[in-house]
Amino acid sequence: MTRFAMVIDTKTCIGCGDCVVACKTENRVPDGLNRDWIVEATQGKYPQLTTEFRSERCNHCSNATCVTLCPTGASHHWAGTNIVLVDPDMCTGCKACIAACPYDARLVMHPDGYIDKCTFCHHRVGEGLDPACVSSCPTRCMHFGSLDEPSSEVSRLLKTREYKVLSPETGNEPNVYYLI
Amino acid sequence: MKEELFVTARSNALIDPSLHIWTWEVAMYLFLGGLTAGIMVFAATIALLKKDEEAPFAATKLALLAPVVLSLGMTTLFLDLEHKLYVFRFYTSFQVLSPMSWGAWILIVIYPVSILQILSTLRSGYPQASPYVDRFAIGRQVLDWCEANRRQIAMTAIPFGIALGIYTGILLSAFSARPFWNSGVLGPLFLVSGLSTAAALVALVARKHSEKVLFTRFDLGLIAAEVALVALFIINLASGTEQQLTALDSIMGGPYALVFWVLFVGVGLLIPLVLELLEIRGLARRVAIVAPVLVLLGGYVLRQVLIDIGQESNWTKYDTQYNAELLQRLRD
Repeated sequence: MTRFAMVIDTKTCIGCGDCVVACKTENRVPDGLNRDWIVEATQGKYPQLTTEFRSERCNHCSNATCVTLCPTGASHHWAGTNIVLVDPDMCTGCKACIAACPYDARLVMHPDGYIDKCTFCHHRVGEGLDPACVSSCPTRCMHFGSLDEPSSEVSRLLKTREYKVLSPETGNEPNVYYLI
Repeated sequence: MKEELFVTARSNALIDPSLHIWTWEVAMYLFLGGLTAGIMVFAATIALLKKDEEAPFAATKLALLAPVVLSLGMTTLFLDLEHKLYVFRFYTSFQVLSPMSWGAWILIVIYPVSILQILSTLRSGYPQASPYVDRFAIGRQVLDWCEANRRQIAMTAIPFGIALGIYTGILLSAFSARPFWNSGVLGPLFLVSGLSTAAALVALVARKHSEKVLFTRFDLGLIAAEVALVALFIINLASGTEQQLTALDSIMGGPYALVFWVLFVGVGLLIPLVLELLEIRGLARRVAIVAPVLVLLGGYVLRQVLIDIGQESNWTKYDTQYNAELLQRLRD
């Protein structure tokens, strides 16, 4: 499996929301729905507080429970990679994958009724481009690439910087990394 | 302290502020699926035990309810689908790791098995209907064959009935992302609850006294087993992960405590348990209708409560909008 990863530097993310707007524009996400979002996490006790901004989305897990539990095969890993996609022509809208995602990253695409989610902009990735959110980031805190290539930017960052993933204890092996 | 809140709006329908994708349709389907499982198992059990005299309704008429009840359940399940025109996609693949896929195919096998069950007692159970089948040579042959093989058909119906009953629980327990469902006890719990509701149904509609007593006895044993399984389920969660402990709080004094303990455990299990104990001792006959009705109600409440709490239990907890109290929490 080719592993594509997103590496997001929480030290330089300012939570501006450009990634969210870029995604909605690129993927024509309907009003009121979002495939990515920004979380502000504050820790500590006043006045010793630390704040972290995280741009969050589907983690494109290597061991994706949404793919495992899909009864029709509509949720699948794209072309031998970890990128999780939904085939609308296979999807019954049973919503099992929404319940199966520990990150609550899936949504019903209204009004059509099939399940929708972040695609890591695979239509751009297939052309060698970065996902829309990554390419639009004004602080360049977002990075995208293959973890199988040791020389890629994402591999290099994970070798040299401290990082975390969200809820690794789910066992889903998420592929969105946060530099801390 | 730690607080996590959305900076950009995330108001995805059915997910925010907490997951609420499944409502009564799925709870009703799980209830009717369990009831169907119980109907098939009991119709078959009576055939195997040769208790036709003692329990004529269960022996000859009960089986007809299985496809009717199951079809009702599949209808409510269909109502829940968001992409309804693509429902046939359940049957264009088999996903070996998905309990839902197993369930979709089990449902397909259940129909022919339960129809064979009906045909094996059609002449004795529904003498008004059997002439329509007997009119044709092939119909006569099929009825003769089913009657001759009633025992074998019953022995086939039991494992398929059990598979259906247990799958309705595994369907939920397979969701590792929903801590409240993530317990292996749910499979047996839903199976026993399904059997119990079917026993209650027979006790409710059967006319012969010996049959009511027999099924009240069956139901007593099943309710007792269900109480034990509910206890095991709670012990399982109470010795689980942090997420499971948090999920368990919702019935341990949390928002679902009243409906779980009073409506499900009290009204749905313990009161019928006591009433049925009295009934088999020849007491409380006048209210004999109450216990089975409560068991059926309890069976539905169990699924509805499980569906509701399970969806609210999760791994990620965000505040979805700005809350002035959060500032105070930072000072504490």
